[in-house]
Amino acid sequence: MNTRCAACKYLRRRCPSDCIFSPYFPPHDPQRFASIHRIYGASNVARMLQQLPVNQRAATVDCLYYEAQCRVQDPVCGCVGVISLLYQEIHNAETKLAKTKAQIALFVDSNSAREDFEVESDLNVLLHEEGNEFAHLGPSNQVSFGFT
Amino acid sequence: MGGTSPCASCKLLRRRCAKDCIFAPYFPSDDPQKFAIVHKVFGASNVSKMLQELPVHQRADAVNSLVYEANARMRDPVYGCVGAISYLQNQVSELQMQLAVAQAEILCIQMQQEPVIPAPAAIDEPEDKSFLLHPQYFNFASSSSSNVIPDYSLNRESVFGHDMVS
Repeated sequence: MNTRCAACKYLRRRCPSDCIFSPYFPPHDPQRFASIHRIYGASNVARMLQQLPVNQRAATVDCLYYEAQCRVQDPVCGCVGVISLLYQEIHNAETKLAKTKAQIALFVDSNSAREDFEVESDLNVLLHEEGNEFAHLGPSNQVSFGFT
Repeated sequence: MGGTSPCASCKLLRRRCAKDCIFAPYFPSDDPQKFAIVHKVFGASNVSKMLQELPVHQRADAVNSLVYEANARMRDPVYGCVGAISYLQNQVSELQMQLAVAQAEILCIQMQQEPVIPAPAAIDEPEDKSFLLHPQYFNFASSSSSNVIPDYSLNRESVFGHDMVS
């Protein structure tokens, strides 16, 4: 004697050999069909499955179950509440990332400004020393170092 | 005297629209598509049951989320809203990774900018090397890095404040 699938058990009907529900609602998990039935109804689910190729039905049922569970836990928002939270997380992460990148840019700028300053200081010292060396010469004899 | 126009639900269901019709506040007659899509995915009796189980002030939000889910299911008959959730979760992971990399970069920069303890003049100093054991040689400044895992609180008021994924 064939065991009825969870759907046919729930619906209290005979489970035919070509039952559209039986591959996706095994008898050992009655909760799965009960959740989906509560939110979508058996005929809607059957119609949805019939409109899809067989190889996509298992994924569809899994998604319907997930959404039904979300709706049972949160009757107002359902899985839209999850989506909203994810948008919030994305926004928070983008803000933090932008701030962190700005900090990095600040560090990099201050580092290169400090290096430029140090290079310039070294050059000034060098120029001063070499200038002293040629101080006895008149301005027209001083070598131009080409720095403006 | 003319009667009020039936709501979109009662028009579709071809029934008299009662004064206390549970659908009427949320499915006005000028937007028939809204109820049509919800009816197609959930069924009128299921929607009615869901609304009846909710206090009145939460029903509008519930209808909006049902419409959103139904639209998602019509666009993607296999994954529905779960497709959007999966996509957004990937985005969150990607951003968290970028944030971790950026924060590590900041730590590196901060460590490179630690004040360098000048080495004492080596040649003329006495042989006493006990200064090398001074704690300041082993003092790495701890920089507080922000938590890469965002925390959020469930806020129903913000549910419909964002653009939904299309």
